[in-house]
Amino acid sequence: MKFALKILKDFPSYLWSGWGAVASILLFIALWDVGNQVYGDLVLPSPLETFKTLGLMLHDENVIKEIHTTLYRASVGFGLSLLIGTALGLLAGFFATASMMSRPIVTILVGMPPIAWIVLAMIWFGMGDETVIFTVIVASFPIIFVGALQGTRTLDGELKEMAQSFKFPWHMRFFDVYFPHIFSYVFPAWVSGLGMAWKIVIMAELLATSNGIGASLATARSQLDTPSALAIVVIMIASLMFIEYIVLEPIKREVELWRD
Amino acid sequence: MERLEVKNLNHHFGFAEILKDINFTLNKGEVLSIVGPSGGGKTTLLHLCADLLDVEEGSIINTFESSAFAFQEARLLPWKNVIDNISLGLLAKGEKKSEAIKKSQEIALRFGLDKDDFDKFPKDLSGGMKQRVSFARALVVKPSLLFLDEPFSALDIGLKKELQAILIDMISKKEISILFITHDLMEAIRLSDEMLLLKADPGHIVKKFRFDVVQDQRNDKYVYGKSAEILQDEEIINTFELELK
Repeated sequence: MKFALKILKDFPSYLWSGWGAVASILLFIALWDVGNQVYGDLVLPSPLETFKTLGLMLHDENVIKEIHTTLYRASVGFGLSLLIGTALGLLAGFFATASMMSRPIVTILVGMPPIAWIVLAMIWFGMGDETVIFTVIVASFPIIFVGALQGTRTLDGELKEMAQSFKFPWHMRFFDVYFPHIFSYVFPAWVSGLGMAWKIVIMAELLATSNGIGASLATARSQLDTPSALAIVVIMIASLMFIEYIVLEPIKREVELWRD
Repeated sequence: MERLEVKNLNHHFGFAEILKDINFTLNKGEVLSIVGPSGGGKTTLLHLCADLLDVEEGSIINTFESSAFAFQEARLLPWKNVIDNISLGLLAKGEKKSEAIKKSQEIALRFGLDKDDFDKFPKDLSGGMKQRVSFARALVVKPSLLFLDEPFSALDIGLKKELQAILIDMISKKEISILFITHDLMEAIRLSDEMLLLKADPGHIVKKFRFDVVQDQRNDKYVYGKSAEILQDEEIINTFELELK
């Protein structure tokens, strides 16, 4: 509770530090406009037109429904990989044999291109939620798993010994010695897993479903509706930026104050 | 009477014999130091006495009511600030949080830390400050037995004297018993009542020295004089493989 308050208290000053980021985004939009003037509306619609289309889309009930569908798939997929990945990663980290055995498997999972997973999932599950959710899990699970594994593998033996010398009870051992260290590995892994999930969900939808933002993107492509396609891209990027910079980054800052 | 008694202690790591036939007793209010070259099994011996390693052969009887350990490195939790680090030992003993914080602040001031330092994380402290915090953390629990693992080896002369003075003060008041290991003879001569010489491969005790002058009466002249005398000792020369030219 105290912790949440501290995050809220520091939030305004964090936002205020974001002017540099705002400036670079505006610069990027200016370059985008230059691109529009060089290549024309069909290839690259102007930012203004894109944002107008975006405004229309956000007032369209159907589009909101598509966004909800995608959000549902992404959060179920990510939620499952978060739970399973963290639990298995921690478990594997505590046993030397398990962590040794899991390494090649993780390499296979990471090395296998998501597009191949989509094809397999389409064969296994058909065209629908399961295919998308499965692909999201397969893509973000290894990242989270490795984070959790690293966290437990790198626990400091010297600190464990210190805890032992003071006869820490189990709850102090866990909350004061192990947890902060593991969390400092697991949390960034969650953040990258989330980014991955959000990218993969769109791709899987584009190829394997008839609804969701990804499917809307496919429709826009087939109709050569570049403004809509760009508007969808803006939705995706804006939502990712919101989650990463407004929600997660302030938490991360407080959590990692003790780091160099 | 509280005491630490080590009897016929042997220890192996795999096939390597680390310690062989170690015997000594540390009585309440005494300071016992173990000196010897690096890699001679000193740390293993200390860890066995502090119950950080399991005894395999022989016995260690520890009847001291409480103990604390100060390591060679500070070993602070990097995610806790100075006061929270110091209070760890108190909290582990089940003391109330507010009480633990109060005691920790008091001892921090006594160990030369400023109020401004209280909220700092270890990353923002100098090596000497970290060691002060580590000492404070060990002493705030008022242990009747203190284990020290070459705690002064990384400190500058000033801080070394300062921390030793705090210990000597406690020793003179018979508030504490200490078992400590070091490779610094002068340190051992300044602080201990009895000094054991541990020779390596495998670690065994070759000689015991006693110092009868009470610690707060030992001035530099005494320490230097004793050091010079002991450095002439045959066993010391052999153990440390000193080449005297």
